Amino acid sequence: MISLKVNGEKVRFDGDEDTPLLWVLRDHLGLTGTKFGCGIGQCGACTVHFNGRAQRSCMLPVAAAKDATVTTIEALSAGDHQLHPVQQAWLDIDVPQCGYCQAGQIMATADFLKRNPDPSDEDIDRDLSNLCRCGTYVRIREAVHHAARLARKESNDD
Amino acid sequence: MTRTLLQLSRRQFLVGGATMAGGFVVGLPLGLGADPTVGNGGTIGFFVEILGNGKVVIGSNQPEIGQGVRTALPMLVAEELDVAWEDVSVRPMPLGIVKTADGYTWKYGGQGVGGSTGLTNNWTYMREVGAMARHQLLRAAAEKFKVSLDDCSTSRGHVFCQSHKRAIPYAELAGAAAALDMPDEAPPLKAIADYRIVGKKQKTVDARDIVTGKATYGIDTQVEGMRYAVIARCPILNGRVRSFDDADARKVNGVLDVFKIDGPMPGEPYIILASGVAVVADSTWSAIKGRRALKIEWEPGPNADDSSTRFWQENEAALETNGQVVTDDGEFDNAMASADKIITHRYRVPFVSHAPLEPQNCFAHVTENHCRIIAPTQMPSGASRAANAVTGIPRENIEVEFTRVGGGFGRRLSNDYVAEAALISKQTGWPIKLQWTREDDMQHDFYRPGGLHELRAGVDADGNVTAWTQRLASASKHYRRPNKPDDGLWEPELYPDDFPRRIVENFRLEYFHNAIGLPRGSWRAPAHTANAFVIQSFIDEIAHETGQDPLQLRLAMFGEERELPYDGHGGPTFNPGRLTRLTKFVAKEINYDRKRPAGTGVGIAAHFTFGGYAAHAIEVTVDKNGELRIDRIVAAIDCGFAVHPQAVQAQLQGGTIDGLSTALGLEITVTDGRVDQSNFHDYPLMRIADVPVEFETHILPYDDIPTGVGEMGIPSAAPALTNAIFAATGRRIRDLPLGAQLKSM
Ligand code: FES
Ligand code: FES
Repeated sequence: MISLKVNGEKVRFDGDEDTPLLWVLRDHLGLTGTKFGCGIGQCGACTVHFNGRAQRSCMLPVAAAKDATVTTIEALSAGDHQLHPVQQAWLDIDVPQCGYCQAGQIMATADFLKRNPDPSDEDIDRDLSNLCRCGTYVRIREAVHHAARLARKESNDD
Repeated sequence: MTRTLLQLSRRQFLVGGATMAGGFVVGLPLGLGADPTVGNGGTIGFFVEILGNGKVVIGSNQPEIGQGVRTALPMLVAEELDVAWEDVSVRPMPLGIVKTADGYTWKYGGQGVGGSTGLTNNWTYMREVGAMARHQLLRAAAEKFKVSLDDCSTSRGHVFCQSHKRAIPYAELAGAAAALDMPDEAPPLKAIADYRIVGKKQKTVDARDIVTGKATYGIDTQVEGMRYAVIARCPILNGRVRSFDDADARKVNGVLDVFKIDGPMPGEPYIILASGVAVVADSTWSAIKGRRALKIEWEPGPNADDSSTRFWQENEAALETNGQVVTDDGEFDNAMASADKIITHRYRVPFVSHAPLEPQNCFAHVTENHCRIIAPTQMPSGASRAANAVTGIPRENIEVEFTRVGGGFGRRLSNDYVAEAALISKQTGWPIKLQWTREDDMQHDFYRPGGLHELRAGVDADGNVTAWTQRLASASKHYRRPNKPDDGLWEPELYPDDFPRRIVENFRLEYFHNAIGLPRGSWRAPAHTANAFVIQSFIDEIAHETGQDPLQLRLAMFGEERELPYDGHGGPTFNPGRLTRLTKFVAKEINYDRKRPAGTGVGIAAHFTFGGYAAHAIEVTVDKNGELRIDRIVAAIDCGFAVHPQAVQAQLQGGTIDGLSTALGLEITVTDGRVDQSNFHDYPLMRIADVPVEFETHILPYDDIPTGVGEMGIPSAAPALTNAIFAATGRRIRDLPLGAQLKSM
């Protein structure tokens, strides 16, 4: 029995301890916003926040998530009406095409901007490596800069 | 005469006699919460529902694969209906299959997206849907106020009655409007100049759900009592299950059932792709673990010795012989014999995989005489056919819902995963979600056919191209299909009317089919990806070898505006002058004439794809270690009229990246009858760091007729890249993908 905190709630999982966190989230908790793309840590579609840091969940056995705090795309924003600045930027720039990779892109970017609130293009290239098969990278880059501006504005307003 | 709504609906509904007649036009209420009485909203036709609060729900009848069709088509309806886009929400529709006396018909029109036709096939239809609904609302208002139709006009969800000086919300008229008989002819459509919604930036449908993780794809399907399935498919092309031992698999926690899936016999048309063993469990992970515990002995079959090395050697050898001449214009042999100079080069275009980011999956629930399918498919009618083929359940009893799709690229024109899911559900009686892993997807695809192209041109003393031939040895994608004769194998591989046919009068195309066990299918912009690469590379080579500037030679050959006949998909005509305009534009934008330092160069290419036109100018730098950097990309598209400009821009950006990603690093190879690649570590798609910051996309409007946009951005990207590499280094890349070739300079 593994217990962990997902999106603010305590959950318990009593299946096989080698089950990747991704499948616990998707199949057992019904949190399908986190996607499966490769299963080997290559694409980033499964990115969640694990103890506050972006983490690909497809290779992380749930046993390693014991007592961890996990946030998924469903709980990234404070509430339904107030989007996280990264989500807002993604909407403003109209980033998604098929949209399948975008939860992972957004989770990766949200963590990245926490660590680097005003990134350069080189910083983006170094840090963001999630795959987008539709090729939305041009707009992702624009949206990362835009999100950084929105986040700075938000923290100034606070 | 223009096709009217009623003619369309009659053709669709009178096929089977009277029962369905007029179904579309009178609008069967869909029972979606609106009571069709005055003041309470109502449903007008299948596509338009007006809610009591004035909001409008528009049905989306086509699969959304990221091309934006779920936004673009409802925009057309909303435009003609005359409502505010902010008031519109979009409801996905299921497959509208209806049985008739002599077959099936489709009550929501044809449903399926491929060949960049999602918009063009529905351009008139969807505008007529909106216009007809608006017309009925006007009539309802005229009757209510006992005035003539001319006395009424609409604006943003209201009918204005001039003589009574009153505005009535659509919601108050919708019930009455829904009850009116439809007129015989579709009302006139708006002029493009009057558009408020179409052709302008609009909020994308589902965007908010996507960024909050609420949008659901096939893979997200969860149904009460559902079980999870995976299949261990034979890794050897055309191999089969000989025997298997499932003792350990059945011991895995959560595994519920294990059984064999009979694949197609070698040579048989594909309903499913491969023979294998299915594992059904109570979760995806248990199914995957159960599969790992299987011990399967494979029957190697006829392709167990297949190898890419041999396939490419055979292609080289084939080009030394004579192939099937499929096009032969003018006096080819004479023109070649009298040419001042003959230039010949061979180009290799590899097999590639679709690799949509959402791996294949499908939900199926088969009961005695009913089947429910939920699938991420580009071709819902094919899903219905696939489920019918393996269950025998009549198609009118097969419900097909189709979700947002995590990437199509042509892979989901095939519905093999639907057939598999239906088989497993039939065998177990359970509702099943079949899940493919990435490895399954990469190793069991309908790959883009690989081919070796020989291009030869005869050039006169002034540098004019007087004779041209393209000779292709490839594995045709039309093999293994019913009713396809062998002498038609060339058809999906060479598009005879592509440039420079009719521009070079003495013109010959020759085809050689070569066998390999890899399944083949349609990969985004199918043969255009190969044709643009070889033709646009070869033009560059001719220019360099005859002392001409490649841009000038290209422009001279494209020439002025004129319509040339084009028989293939995208026709009936091709106007090479539209390529001239785009080519000049991208050349100017990238400052083609500027002197650049050694190691830096610009390449240009343009191509006509399925009715639309695109051009690329790319600047690259290659350092002394052979390290390539793409400095700048300028892409331009002429899609006639851009209905949904953000989607056009996105498709041009994404198509360019797809073209470059594929040219830079992607290839599927075979060793000992097995696909060598298995996941993104050995099939390295481009990442953000590989995409230059300087990346411009331009939409050049042309006329009032929209073309598709899903595929146009790809074909000219690869040759613009390799032409740029040549300009930078003097090294000609004739072999895709680029891989490490520049490292060995
Ligand atoms: S699914 Fe986890 S990185 Fe691809
Ligand atoms: S938007 Fe389709 S994979 Fe990124």
